Amino acid sequence: MSGQSTYTPKTGLEKWIDQRLPLPRLMHDTMTTFPTPRNLNIWYTFGGILTFCLGVQIVTGIVLAMHYVPNADLAFDSVESIMRDVNYGWLVRYIHSTGASMFFLAVYIHMFRGLYYGSYKAPRELIWIIGVLIYVLMMATAFFGYVLPWGQMSFWGATVITSLFSSIDQVIPHLGTAITTWLWGDFAVGDATLNRFFSLHYLLPFIIAGVVGLHIWALHVPGNNNPLGIDVKSPQDTVPFHPYYTVKDAFYLCCFVVLFAVFVFYAPDFFGNPDNSIKANPLVTPPDIVPEWYLLPFYAMLRSIPQKLLGVLVLVGSLVTLVFIPWLDTSRVRSCRFRPLMKQFFWAFAVDCVILGYCGSQSVDATAFGVPLVWVARLGTLYYFGYFWVLMPIIGLIETPKKLPASIAQSVLGEPAAAPAE
Amino acid sequence: MRNAFPLGLALGLLASAPALTPALALDTTKLPVKKVEFSFDGPFGTYDQAALQRGFQVYKEVCSACHGLDHIAFHNLDEAGGLGFTEAQAKAIATGYKIPADPNDKGEIFDDKGTRLTRPGTLADKFPNPFANEEAARANNDGNLPPDLSLVVKAREGGAHYVYSIVTGFHLNPPKGFTVTSGKYYNPYFEGWNIGMPPPLTDNAVTYSDGTKATVDQEAHDVATFLAWASDPKMEERKRVGFGALVFLIVLSGLLFFSYRKVWADLH
Amino acid sequence: MTATTVDVTRRDFLYVATGAMGGVGVVAVAWPFIDQMNPSAAVLALSSTEVDLSPVAVGQQVVVKWRGHPLFVRHRNAKEIADAKAVAVSDLPDPLARNANLPDSAPATDANREIKAEWLILVGVCTHLGCTPTGFEGDYGGWLCHCHGSQYDTAGRIRKGPAPQNLAVPPYSFLSDTRIKVG
Repeated sequence: MSGQSTYTPKTGLEKWIDQRLPLPRLMHDTMTTFPTPRNLNIWYTFGGILTFCLGVQIVTGIVLAMHYVPNADLAFDSVESIMRDVNYGWLVRYIHSTGASMFFLAVYIHMFRGLYYGSYKAPRELIWIIGVLIYVLMMATAFFGYVLPWGQMSFWGATVITSLFSSIDQVIPHLGTAITTWLWGDFAVGDATLNRFFSLHYLLPFIIAGVVGLHIWALHVPGNNNPLGIDVKSPQDTVPFHPYYTVKDAFYLCCFVVLFAVFVFYAPDFFGNPDNSIKANPLVTPPDIVPEWYLLPFYAMLRSIPQKLLGVLVLVGSLVTLVFIPWLDTSRVRSCRFRPLMKQFFWAFAVDCVILGYCGSQSVDATAFGVPLVWVARLGTLYYFGYFWVLMPIIGLIETPKKLPASIAQSVLGEPAAAPAE
Repeated sequence: MRNAFPLGLALGLLASAPALTPALALDTTKLPVKKVEFSFDGPFGTYDQAALQRGFQVYKEVCSACHGLDHIAFHNLDEAGGLGFTEAQAKAIATGYKIPADPNDKGEIFDDKGTRLTRPGTLADKFPNPFANEEAARANNDGNLPPDLSLVVKAREGGAHYVYSIVTGFHLNPPKGFTVTSGKYYNPYFEGWNIGMPPPLTDNAVTYSDGTKATVDQEAHDVATFLAWASDPKMEERKRVGFGALVFLIVLSGLLFFSYRKVWADLH
Repeated sequence: MTATTVDVTRRDFLYVATGAMGGVGVVAVAWPFIDQMNPSAAVLALSSTEVDLSPVAVGQQVVVKWRGHPLFVRHRNAKEIADAKAVAVSDLPDPLARNANLPDSAPATDANREIKAEWLILVGVCTHLGCTPTGFEGDYGGWLCHCHGSQYDTAGRIRKGPAPQNLAVPPYSFLSDTRIKVG
């Protein structure tokens, strides 16, 4: 909760710095004494994990940039040089490529946590919206980054996605093509495109870091939500962030890093596509063009709409929808723990995202049990939009929520609300 | 309404959707890769050095006529986790190759007959490509472009198993109703079953210096091992560092877990 | 909360151990990120160069590239060798041999500046500010650096001018009478 700072400097150095730049105070108030609900569970550790992931990507990215050459003739070979010649280059490269997947795994868990516990509801709407902005910036960064190795999938993925802008021609003739040419800097994806994508890929993570600062700042105004979705009512409901959540976050972060390490060292190409180990060839299209797994649900939605412009609008709409969630959900109750009906639709939504992801990974004419996957994707897209625009408003109004506990402390400690804990 | 599980509804709709079965010609989807064991499989797998050296011999004497190995340098041959050659052996291999020479004192790069001047290879050089450019490669191979092999194991689904399956997959006869395209060869492990490469291996195509019997199967296994190394020369180092890292991280997780429990103990 | 002295010690030890292990991890992770800036395998493969001496006639010098620097390969004649041997080390501004094949303390006698008297192999970088000196110029018959006037003798030793040290002798060895490997 934001309020008066209770910080008193302990050493002379701290006092000297604090008088001139209140950084020690900031660290103390936000990361040491910050009152945090005492009932946060594992799903609340992913914010810290995400900050770690951002740091890892920036550090490994800067190191890779010392060896990578952003030129269409040399890029692929420079990546191979990193893998074969640069000391521990293979390690830095694999951490960066696996790190992107781990980053998105963590962000999806983080977002689903927010959806489940109603963390987007008042007064945290802006935290959620800033979060959506971070997510979109991540998608852009990942897209640019995937182009850099200049493999077949890099090149053709860039071609497919940048070509989407040409659909604007249907609304304003010639504008779409002008935009696509402007993005490419050429008449097709080429060296000019690669260079600017490298520049933007280097830039965006620092913009993300700044927006993350806003995200955390906005969070510290109301303080954390919690699995019960009820407000903090007294100091008994909270514990200081340090040492309780520093150690808890450190433990879960370490577990996350174990998973990360298993992929880096024992399955480094698990998330990759074999076609990206072939140098980009503008004259040969690979049989199936697929983005990385974390973009597959959106790819499925895009491809499920046969009309190009409508497909693009659906894709953009799927992301813009997220911004409106705080106002689409009409429930007075935050956490799905007390929303028995919404809970089921939430899980169905989670399954829907996985199904959409599967559809996106298969070729356009693929079938499952005789059913063309494009129809599965259409149904999946319908549910995606229906969940936010139809179910969220309606269920909040018709649902009978379970009885909320009186306070966090009572729920955790099991004591009657009247007796104060120590 | 509570039990109207939306997904169940969706699945019900799907099950009743008309199944589309277009009239099919022969399905020329490639066969699944052959099941074969490699020494480098699994988290503790390593490269069999003898197999690597034999595989290198197969590459050198058979494959390098058409296929380049652009990303491998001669100094990679004596690196740890690889073929196990000494620096002197690697240097000897290098000097056996002719590398296009830099301009001489007169500024020439061709001799009087128009042949490109060459010099012996050094450890710093990469394996020279059999063809000067893509056009020359195609002209010499009926219009087909033999792919570079330095990354082929990474660039194909199934990796070393795929390479093994392809080079041992030529002996089968095409099924009735399938006509092999003119100029191609039948190989059901290749998508579409028409492959531009003629069968590369025969028994005793090479004579192994370590005396191993050079059957097609042995040659295929060895060259697949060599190409796996070519795609991933750091594999042994990666698995070794990974083991240490995971042991460290699991111990650290344990310590953090107990610290977490201790810190939170006084709250209950 | 009640904590006995024993509990505090055990708890502290656990935290100290955890923190120490975390610290070790950070250092262990830091090393690859530092080492990646060291010369790569591709660069190290070029760290050795072999030079064929047969085209270099007596009294001639050839300049080749070694580790990004010019390398002087000079085939000295009898007079140049004699001139170099006649100089007393005490007359030299820099009395040390600067020979990578010998200990640092070796004096700058002519014998300590080469392996075979007729072949002088030197790194062609002026020890003043890094320019490339020109051969067969200057008062001592060796090299003259046109940048600031440093003059080297026929053993590549600094005799006059602002350069503080003799031209460096790189690590090298004879593979045969007509072939050396440098580096």
